[in-house]
Amino acid sequence: MPVLKGKELRIVGFLCNWCSYGGADTAGVGRFNQPTDLRIIRVPCSGRIDPLFVVKALMNGADGVLVSGCHPRDCHYAEGNFYARRRLEIMQRFLPVLGYEAERFEYTWVSASEGQRWQQVVASFTDQIHKLGPAPKIIGPQAADTLNQMAAAL
Amino acid sequence: MKIGVFVCHCGSNIEATVDTAAVAAASREFPDVVFATDTMYTCSEPGQDEIVAAIKEHNLGGVVVASCTPRMHEQTFRRTVERAGLNRYLFEMANIREHVSWIGKDRESNTNKSVDLVRMATEKLMRNRPLYSKKFDINKRVLVIGGGVAGIQAALDCADGGLEVVMVEKAPTIGGKMAKLDKTFPTVDCSSCILGPRMVDVAQHPNITLYAYSEIEEINGYVGNFEIKVKKKATYVDWDSCTGCGICMEKCPSKKATDTFNEGIGKTTAINIPFPQAIPKKAKIDPDFCTKIQKGKCGVCAKLCPSGCINYEMQDEFVTEKVGAIVTATGFDLFDWSIYGEYGAGRYPDVITSLQYERMLSASGPTGGHIKRPSDGKEPKNVVFIQCVGSRDKSVGRPYCSGFCCMYTAKQAILTKDHLPDSQSYVFYMDIRAIGKLYDEFTRRAMEEYDTKYIRGRVSMIYPQGDRLLVRGADTLMGAQVEVDADLVVLAVGAEAAAGAGELAEKLRISYDSYGFYMEGHPKLKPVETNTAGVYLAGACQGPKDIPSSVGQGSAAAAKVLGLFSKDQLESDPQVSVVDIKRCIGCGKCIQTCPFGAIKEMEFRGMAKADVIETICQGCGICTSTCPQGAVQLQHFTDNQILSEVNALCRF
Repeated sequence: MPVLKGKELRIVGFLCNWCSYGGADTAGVGRFNQPTDLRIIRVPCSGRIDPLFVVKALMNGADGVLVSGCHPRDCHYAEGNFYARRRLEIMQRFLPVLGYEAERFEYTWVSASEGQRWQQVVASFTDQIHKLGPAPKIIGPQAADTLNQMAAAL
Repeated sequence: MKIGVFVCHCGSNIEATVDTAAVAAASREFPDVVFATDTMYTCSEPGQDEIVAAIKEHNLGGVVVASCTPRMHEQTFRRTVERAGLNRYLFEMANIREHVSWIGKDRESNTNKSVDLVRMATEKLMRNRPLYSKKFDINKRVLVIGGGVAGIQAALDCADGGLEVVMVEKAPTIGGKMAKLDKTFPTVDCSSCILGPRMVDVAQHPNITLYAYSEIEEINGYVGNFEIKVKKKATYVDWDSCTGCGICMEKCPSKKATDTFNEGIGKTTAINIPFPQAIPKKAKIDPDFCTKIQKGKCGVCAKLCPSGCINYEMQDEFVTEKVGAIVTATGFDLFDWSIYGEYGAGRYPDVITSLQYERMLSASGPTGGHIKRPSDGKEPKNVVFIQCVGSRDKSVGRPYCSGFCCMYTAKQAILTKDHLPDSQSYVFYMDIRAIGKLYDEFTRRAMEEYDTKYIRGRVSMIYPQGDRLLVRGADTLMGAQVEVDADLVVLAVGAEAAAGAGELAEKLRISYDSYGFYMEGHPKLKPVETNTAGVYLAGACQGPKDIPSSVGQGSAAAAKVLGLFSKDQLESDPQVSVVDIKRCIGCGKCIQTCPFGAIKEMEFRGMAKADVIETICQGCGICTSTCPQGAVQLQHFTDNQILSEVNALCRF
């Protein structure tokens, strides 16, 4: 469904099942109101997140991508979030090369008990994306070719 | 795949802010969706029956339920689709309650977002494959970490249920905090008299192996098959031959060792047995204070020990135990109150903690059960109790209520009067929280029968005046300042997470909250489970608890373990990684990154390939995002499945 008449932007979230997805649930149970732009994709661990998922989301038209996992040293799988941190940190530095502002992407740590913190994370990231405005879209007659070339390059 | 979509009203929880009928209508337009409806309560029996009926009627190959979080009802609905003959993994949930209806009131945006989430779920479902569990054997032994009252209860219940129990206790004796208490509220029963027999039971039970003065070094494995490395700290005494006679303790010339059991009230000998009812009743040497170990001279204990069990060269020892489940009962520690400058920050010897006071009241304590001021050994006349020291105080990062301090303060006020009939007790309190059977009656007794003066207000300052302490505070009910001449001040220090709780949580792979207390599986419905299968919680490690609650949770954890072990085999989670041998180039990167050692190298037609050991794989998917070839795929969370969700969201 198209994003509501420019009211919302498209923000994709990748959340680990054990901490951040639980934190987002806790925020819901606690009725911590949040902007509605974010759509959450559940993954078992932030270590499961291939940086290319983030790039793919941006290439396909997302305006912002948020990743959240367990706090360092509190990973359900012991060290998944450390891998995530390394990969995503590097990936973020390459975003400008692809033509995206680095601020369109952020990663953070939210535990399952931190409902209120999740609310703050969502609110401030959504605000950040709205300030940046819609991401440059690959459109026009050569859009499909460009996307294919980018995909091939990746 | 023919897909059916069920959009739940959840009463008014979802329907109030999401147009569920519109979501269902929009879902009918999605590819592969042949049936969509909205239902009042999908998780109810009629709701589930509707799913079963629809699967049969429309010959559905997969089901999407848009309702609450999958952390709540994924299992429920998986069983439902299974009842209708579908594989349980041909099911997806869209979380439109916690992530939509409960966090915003705009019906239009919420409905729009819900449609997106359902589309995401259907796109993923189209790429789901049936998965099948495997069965594996379990080791029916249980590890109990911590030998306080909760751990003791859990261990005894498991052992009585026929399980072999391994108990690991950090201190040289089990008993925990309860062993340090003189009396218990609200019955004023003798604490060591009721706990003592339980401790003896642990020592004598044929099914229990006790490692006291030991710590968990390493935990490997998974539910049903954990491997635990236990560090037995050096005691410098051979516990197999020590009889606990206590001659060494009588004759040890080094009498300045820290008395941990007595909370630092008084000193003890370098070689010591913590207290008369200690289990195991064995001596251990505190190396920091032992003259022989520090300076190489002395050796009195070795000369006098009738069984010759002293060994100054002893080293830490490691043992490995295999268990199938773990009960964590590591308890709590006291808040370090010296942060409070207004209470003297530890400068005044006559300002003590409630637990120190408890040791003072105990007949087996350093003062033999006489209340004496630490400064001059005199009996106090006015005793002031200050509540909420390090609880309900945001300024020190402890906004929570420790729960039991109101009650033990009332008990200590009563005991003070029993010990010293001429004394007068004052209690500065914020609110009295006496929630429990006979609790409120008990605090009333402290006030009415024992004439304890309860003053509602905080203390702003304690300062010495002569050999006494002047306690200045507010009486908020009277709206006045009060000053009390005190001979002794007892601080009702709050509970905080035990030292080292975080490190242990990392080894157990369980979560803890921002205060360090371990997280239960669900705040209401899974109070003893953790999110790690096979690891259970008991007692104050999960949050401050009094004795009956800790005992209750100990039994509950034991019941969970006995339930888990009632089967001979467990079913493995099939959401594990699988290697596509054709794509694998044998680079070994996945082997390096797997946190569980679940991937091994194997040889296939002379080439190195990765191979996942299904029972060890925990399904994190780190290997999948590491593999440069995309050869390792985590089932149910494959690259294609996640990218299909991304594509479903980013189509415009």
